[in-house]
Amino acid sequence: MSAAIMLWSVNIAQLLLIAAMTCCVYRLVRGPRAQDRVLSLDALYVCAMLLLLTFGIRTGSTVYFEAALVISLFGFVSTAALAKFLMRGEVIE
Amino acid sequence: MSHATDLPLWAALLVSFFLILGAALTLLGTIGMVRLRSFYERIHAPTLGTTWGAGGVLIASMIFFSVLQSRLVLHEILITVFVIVTTPVTLMLLARAALYRDRTENNDGVPSFQIGDRPGEASAGPES
Repeated sequence: MSAAIMLWSVNIAQLLLIAAMTCCVYRLVRGPRAQDRVLSLDALYVCAMLLLLTFGIRTGSTVYFEAALVISLFGFVSTAALAKFLMRGEVIE
Repeated sequence: MSHATDLPLWAALLVSFFLILGAALTLLGTIGMVRLRSFYERIHAPTLGTTWGAGGVLIASMIFFSVLQSRLVLHEILITVFVIVTTPVTLMLLARAALYRDRTENNDGVPSFQIGDRPGEASAGPES
């Protein structure tokens, strides 16, 4: 009973997160200016991190947790570097 | 899902509630990012995914592994703290970069560099 509940809820959550990633990709492709694309890339990183956490719940292993932590770290660094690039024209000066 | 058969029913219901809440709020935030008109409205929307979206999924993961391993598994707090600390920093940097770009290109709807320069635009504010 509880296994069926967990299976369906994880399936629904993964479908919702994939729909959210589709919205992010739409804004990444359509975005009128560069800052829209950077914002959608940041949201895409967050969605990928949450999707990895739901994969961890589905398989019952804690291996996916480290991958989610690394992805959130990459998201912070890349968004900060891209915002610096939009501001100054170069990342390290 | 063979590992979840020995999960009690209340834990399964609680975990699925928080999981679907977090995923649905993340989806709502990205739908807002698609549908809102200007960039300064759009930058508010994905923060729904980084506050309660990430919070719901991380609470669900914490409850699931704590009940399944019958001990307190709290290492998801690390991701929660990291996301909550870094999201305002990156979005502030991004909004300031966008404001700088709009100001240097003299776009409409952004305040000018010095407030005393053009008094008509100084009180207009960032809304367009």
